[in-house]
Amino acid sequence: MLDAEFFRRWLTGTAALVDREAARLTELDSAIGDADHGSNLQRGFTAVTEALAKDAPETPGAVLVLAGGQLISKVGGASGPLYGTLLRRTGKELGDAAEVTPGQFAAAFAAGVAAVAGLGGAKAGDKTMLDALEPAVAALGADTDTFAAARDAAGQGARDTVPLLARKGRASYLGERSIGHEDPGAASSALLLAALAEAVA
Amino acid sequence: MRMLINVPETVVADALRGVAAAHPELTVDVENRVIVRRDAPVAGKVGLVSGGGSGHEPLHGGFVGPGMLSAACPGEVFTSPVPDQMVRAAAAVDSGEGVLFIVKNYTGDVLNFEMAAELAEDEGVRLAKVLVDDDVAVTDSLYTAGRRGTGATLFVEKIAGAAAEEGAPLERVESLARRVDEVSRSFGVALSAVTTPAKGSPTFELPSGELELGIGIHGEPGRERRAMMTSREIADYTVDVLVADRRPSGPVLLLVNGMGATPLLELYGFNAEVHRALKERGVTVARTLVGNYVTSLDMAGCSVTLCEADEELVRLWDAPVQTPALRWGR
Repeated sequence: MLDAEFFRRWLTGTAALVDREAARLTELDSAIGDADHGSNLQRGFTAVTEALAKDAPETPGAVLVLAGGQLISKVGGASGPLYGTLLRRTGKELGDAAEVTPGQFAAAFAAGVAAVAGLGGAKAGDKTMLDALEPAVAALGADTDTFAAARDAAGQGARDTVPLLARKGRASYLGERSIGHEDPGAASSALLLAALAEAVA
Repeated sequence: MRMLINVPETVVADALRGVAAAHPELTVDVENRVIVRRDAPVAGKVGLVSGGGSGHEPLHGGFVGPGMLSAACPGEVFTSPVPDQMVRAAAAVDSGEGVLFIVKNYTGDVLNFEMAAELAEDEGVRLAKVLVDDDVAVTDSLYTAGRRGTGATLFVEKIAGAAAEEGAPLERVESLARRVDEVSRSFGVALSAVTTPAKGSPTFELPSGELELGIGIHGEPGRERRAMMTSREIADYTVDVLVADRRPSGPVLLLVNGMGATPLLELYGFNAEVHRALKERGVTVARTLVGNYVTSLDMAGCSVTLCEADEELVRLWDAPVQTPALRWGR
């Protein structure tokens, strides 16, 4: 079973990974975007860590809703609403249960990813964060062992964006010139899944 | 990196403190990042709120004041503001006549303004939104997020602002704003890459002797790179692209805009070439504005915006305006 403490570990773990990888994310973004993805997410997840330390919500759902709200209020750009919606929707799906099963989390996370697709109007193959998130959803299953598989699937999904032509987001304005670069949103989504796998251990 | 800053993290807040010091006629909330004309809410007047990433100054904060915007929400550098800012701004400027959000077509701006609109409507504000998407460099297709909003934002803010100042109702201000966007087209050219404070080095490599055609305003590269062209060649290329996309059937308002690091000497010379190129293609110019209005930090280069203007739009363009960056007629 996964409790509120697990979800706090997941999000603070994501914050640590974003801190470590911020320069790489910004570098990816400077190739096909506007060079701020790393610093924007860093600002958002720092706020998430601070809010969780201060409020310490008692249910998994409340942890995710609080974190999502912080991202919407602090990040801006497209990443704020998209990541904020992902976490808020996942949290709302979990309701107010004190503990959830990995299978319940997988279903809630799938709903969160669907909400991201709805908000951004993108689909897999458009060279966006969905190219990492959707393979992760497909890999998530009824036990925590699948979290590592989801991490691997998201990482592969991010790397697989390199040859793609961007069809959504700022990189889409580059047309053919977006080819040959890893999508920064997919790269940061892979970090979110990497932190999920780490939180199990 | 040589920049006149303290640390990258505080550039926006530091600039807002400076705006406050220079413009007592504005209320500048540095912490929450909202710039509001001091007499807001003005009774009987529709509120106009815009915003977007910082780094495009004077857009949008420099356009707050009588005859133009009621409030502006600056985000981080090249990053859209967050919904909290727009909700605060809407509450500050709503006199009961409703509020128009003027949104540039970038995914981040669109998403954050949409979220803000829902929240503000929950609080009882009557809201309308207009999306500015004038950049012809971006092919309008199912596969992209649509055209970017660039120079036409100034025309939309000025003309809708003039109508609101005259007491036009929300529906009328909204439809005017939409009309201005529909008849406006822009195209931009970069002569150098942009350096954001957070990154500290150019966001793309642009060797001397080359230029980027079809850039946006966020330091993103353009669609095509060529060997450097003369001012005359750039004007011909730009006007051809604009007129091919939408040939004006009447006189135009013309904005010859600098991207931040191109001197007025060059911009005025370029303006002469744009006027010549327009005349050769049978397009007459009703009004011209030359200067740095929709910028991209330290980028060298320019953009051209044409707005086909009937008598009514010209009259609203000429109406008095009193903002830090645009000021005439009163």
